[in-house]
Amino acid sequence: MIFFTKAFWLQVSSPKAFYPFAGKVIPFFMITALVLTVVGLYYGFVLAPPDYQQGDSYRIMFIHVPAAWMSMWIYIVMCVFAIIGMVWRTRLSDMMAGALAPTGAMFTFLALWTGALWGKPTWGTYWVWDARLTSELILLFLYFGFIALRAAIDDPQRAARASALLACVGVINVPIIYFSVKWWNTLHQGASVGLTQKATMADSMLTAMMVMAFAFWAYTFAVAFMRVRNEILEKEKNSAWVSETLTKTVEGKNEST
Amino acid sequence: MNLPEFLDMGHYAPYVWGSYGVVASFMLVEVILLMTKRRSLVKSIARLARLNRESKV
Amino acid sequence: MIEAFRWLIWREMTLALRRKAEVLTTMLFFVIVVSLFPLGIGPEIDTLREIAPGVLWVAALLASMLSLNRLFADDYIDGTLEQLIISSQPLALMVFGKILAHWFLTGLPLVLISPVLGMQLGMDVDSIIILMLTLLVGTPVLSLIGAVGAGLTLGVRGGGVLLSLLILPLYIPVLIFGSGAVESAQAGLGVEGHFSLLGAFFIGSLVLAPLGAAAALRISLD
Repeated sequence: MIFFTKAFWLQVSSPKAFYPFAGKVIPFFMITALVLTVVGLYYGFVLAPPDYQQGDSYRIMFIHVPAAWMSMWIYIVMCVFAIIGMVWRTRLSDMMAGALAPTGAMFTFLALWTGALWGKPTWGTYWVWDARLTSELILLFLYFGFIALRAAIDDPQRAARASALLACVGVINVPIIYFSVKWWNTLHQGASVGLTQKATMADSMLTAMMVMAFAFWAYTFAVAFMRVRNEILEKEKNSAWVSETLTKTVEGKNEST
Repeated sequence: MNLPEFLDMGHYAPYVWGSYGVVASFMLVEVILLMTKRRSLVKSIARLARLNRESKV
Repeated sequence: MIEAFRWLIWREMTLALRRKAEVLTTMLFFVIVVSLFPLGIGPEIDTLREIAPGVLWVAALLASMLSLNRLFADDYIDGTLEQLIISSQPLALMVFGKILAHWFLTGLPLVLISPVLGMQLGMDVDSIIILMLTLLVGTPVLSLIGAVGAGLTLGVRGGGVLLSLLILPLYIPVLIFGSGAVESAQAGLGVEGHFSLLGAFFIGSLVLAPLGAAAALRISLD
């Protein structure tokens, strides 16, 4: 498999080489995401039975849990790219870090939103200050901070490096924040009534969640690559290879129609 | 389960479909925004290239 | 190296004492914010006593954060910061010196005035002592973490508000255990757990924050 060779990655790591590579790969990721979604939702809505306690409302779990997973994984992957960009000074890594952030923030918001809509029928309230939801909210602020800092600095190199440092500081703090909030929450027992729900997970439920998680990952790659391609176009709009590539694409389309 | 029961989701319809609806919309909007941005970038680059060619002639 | 450190501290204090007003504003902000709560919530002393730990800690947080802009801004403008970076002295140590002086001038006053505010909110003496101790251990952590944010946002548009957005999430663990300790004391329970964690935050940030802030400064000034 060509993807496992170092030579391949070195070659693809320049924006100029990455652009066409990403262009070919994006449709593949999108189709994978759609197929996995169909499969996952089939498991979740057709094969999985209603829950003993929660009836059909628990089915929100099939997007809530994967969204929450994504919000955390994307943050970590974002940090990894940021560190690579800082240490090896590769612009593409910086761009990937920046490209992942909005999608990560979106999943964080969606985790909160679906969590609230799941909470209302289950615990009777839209918002509960439990450890996970509260930490998720703080994660959303961390994403916003990352995006805001990047946007506020004009020099792209400084913006990339500053936001990379911020992401690293954040990543160290996320477990600390989670632990603190969890502890704080157990102390204030009043707020945590009825939160310990034993998820009696049928196999079909677990499968649905995992498949949806993979679907979200495929989606994230597609979207992040799209964002990076847009950024490459923007940064290199004056260079020859860009106008050549685009005119070739246009001509190619004209010939085929 | 028939269709009306499925849509009702055991009376939890607003919560379940509210969740799935918002998630689907956000993801759709994200993709549309990126595609629109790309289109406008391609157009502006084409315009830039054309102006360059014309100014060289 | 020690010489340079001592010189730096002396310089910071001298400059600050020439502009006493700026030093006092942090403390005044703390006082005013705390005073707003009875006005907003009502003078019921029992209610006030109950919310006192949280209110005092949040106010200390905000006051600390507001004062951060001053940490590097002046030296950035007049070029001293650049000199510090280029100099052969370890930047992390110099940054630590600045943070120490900064805390002395903005954090320590909060600790000292907190008993008065605690009494205003109906706290008992034992809880007030715990409050002072938590602030004593906690406000340096706020200054240390804040320095990293201040370094990152040097000279950036909308710096102050942006700094708040960046720093406040990171302050949350300190807030939780700081006010948690005071609440615990009020309820007559033990505070060792809280203080161990506050202590851990203190040591952790003492070691890591100057390095992070130094890195942030290098990023901002290169």
